[in-house]
Amino acid sequence: MNRIDKTLKEKDNILSIYFTAGYPHLKSTTEIIKNLVSAGTDMIEIGLPFSDPLADGETIQMSSKIALDNGMSTKILFDQLKGIRNHVDVPLIIMGYFNPIFQFGVEEFCKKCNEIGIDGLIIPDLPIDIYLSKYKLIFEKNRLQNIFLISPQTSDERIDYIDKNSGGFIYVVSSSSITGSTNKFNENSLNYFRRLEKMRLSTPKIIGFGISNNENFSIASKYSQGCIVGSAFIKYLKSNGINSIKIFVDKIKNLN
Amino acid sequence: MSYNVNTKGYYGDFGGAYIPEMLLHNIDELKENYIKIISDDSFQKEFNQLLKDYVGRPSPLYFSKNLSEKYSAKIYLKREDLNHTGAHKINNTIGQIILAKRLKKSRIIAETGAGQHGVATATVCALMGLKCIVYMGATDVKRQAPNVARMKMLGADVIAVTSGSSTLKDATNEAMRDWINNPIDTHYIVGSVVGPHPFPDMVARFQSIISKEIKEQLLAVEGRNYPDYLIACVGGGSNAAGTFYDYLDDERVKIICVEASGKGVNSGKSAATTKLGKTGIIHGSKTLLMQTNDGQITEPYSISAGLDYPGIGPMHANLFTTGRGEFISIDDDEAMSAGLQLSQIEGIIPAIETSHALAVFEHKKFNSNDVIVLNLSGRGEKDLENYIKYFNI
Repeated sequence: MNRIDKTLKEKDNILSIYFTAGYPHLKSTTEIIKNLVSAGTDMIEIGLPFSDPLADGETIQMSSKIALDNGMSTKILFDQLKGIRNHVDVPLIIMGYFNPIFQFGVEEFCKKCNEIGIDGLIIPDLPIDIYLSKYKLIFEKNRLQNIFLISPQTSDERIDYIDKNSGGFIYVVSSSSITGSTNKFNENSLNYFRRLEKMRLSTPKIIGFGISNNENFSIASKYSQGCIVGSAFIKYLKSNGINSIKIFVDKIKNLN
Repeated sequence: MSYNVNTKGYYGDFGGAYIPEMLLHNIDELKENYIKIISDDSFQKEFNQLLKDYVGRPSPLYFSKNLSEKYSAKIYLKREDLNHTGAHKINNTIGQIILAKRLKKSRIIAETGAGQHGVATATVCALMGLKCIVYMGATDVKRQAPNVARMKMLGADVIAVTSGSSTLKDATNEAMRDWINNPIDTHYIVGSVVGPHPFPDMVARFQSIISKEIKEQLLAVEGRNYPDYLIACVGGGSNAAGTFYDYLDDERVKIICVEASGKGVNSGKSAATTKLGKTGIIHGSKTLLMQTNDGQITEPYSISAGLDYPGIGPMHANLFTTGRGEFISIDDDEAMSAGLQLSQIEGIIPAIETSHALAVFEHKKFNSNDVIVLNLSGRGEKDLENYIKYFNI
């Protein structure tokens, strides 16, 4: 069974953490992954940096820019991840915009992911229709689950369509916003979570965007199987470096 | 085969809508409504009335006797520089503001590079009483102070964008982020034939008035409604799209697109997308763009801020790869000389964007009976400081 499905089957209150590969340092990647896992993170999203991340707020824009200035590239990331499966067993997902993947070659990219033991991809600017008509078979051949996003603006009809065509989980974007822009869920977000709950989707849901503390983590976990934390973690790395990751994870999970 | 957009939003292999789910609602709303709204009689009536009374259309098709003599061909200039606000940009913003009102939007956002599209957007927002926010790279805010002042005088908020490289592509990213954050009340007036479908098609339709007028005007003076050549400069490509629109599938008409090669195609400071670019995704559209081998979008350079964009519209990418259009690159020096020449032999100071198109005559030999229409896309007042500095006038 795919590691993502296995984790979703076995666990609740899943904490998934996003970081940008190449930030804060070019060679931080594997150390961050290992530290996240030993701190109790259930799932990890490795951000492939892009020059023009149009769904991201200033924190991830900043980490992406620094990562690229540090020299991070698709090839270097794959080299760094070689052998990572000797150390960690949690689901690993690469999140990146489509252009760098397209330039690398979608088939070649997926093959590399499979060799390394990547379990899934999140490509925010690859719409589901283009994926289904052009790339689905390549993903399947390489045992990669493609994770789709939905937002409060997504119609019920489209949510059903995404539900039917999704593997792993559905990435529920908590509000109409780019990453890192909210600290507290408003009534609209909560209504949207409730609407989703009533839809009884067959694919598990994980909520992301705007999760920066235990309060949001707990609320989101009530309506879904867990949360993705991104910008808040990048901010934490900026002030605290990569050695005290456990403090951050404990805080989100409220274990300290 | 047509060179115009197909029902799925593609020009050949280019175009489409490569957008995050968070933008899909906005794009779908437009996609489902734009053709219905703009084909409506009352829309057309309001649009054409404003183009006539407010913009000053039709713009003249001027036979340039002096250029024609110098280059021995029949050269006509389509005078978009005489439009209100000084360029073709206003054709599109008039169309989109009427559309936005019919979609019941109360807040308008736009990106701008040199500031021409920002000014054209601020202008129509003032006219229609809608709130206007213009995103402009911090670098451009400094370079284009007079246009920033114009926008502010017209009541717009100008937001200096400091992300990425602080230029046009970053301003476009920031406008898209704003649209993600404001999905209900906001319309994004994209300034060129770029971005996700339906923007390239919609903007081309609003600019197509240029080619419609050329048809009528040529018939009156030449006895035929088509030229042998059309020439236009291409940054994103909106003035070119408007100039070519009605002739895209008329292969009697040869199409010349002029892109900016800055300090030279291979100098590392260039905006010659078809020479340096590869297929990829920029601002939600699959098209040709300048990028590293690793797929990171690179920063273009041209002395003309309006041609300083790392991609071209999907229509133009298709014109290039199919060979329907001939692409000529003109560097800073060639453009500046052509701009000075037109000023001194015709008494018309062109925008530096347009000067690139004018430099084609030094590059390419035409027959003496060739009828050529060049789109004089904008006037040069905004560029005076650049011209003065360059020529040390």
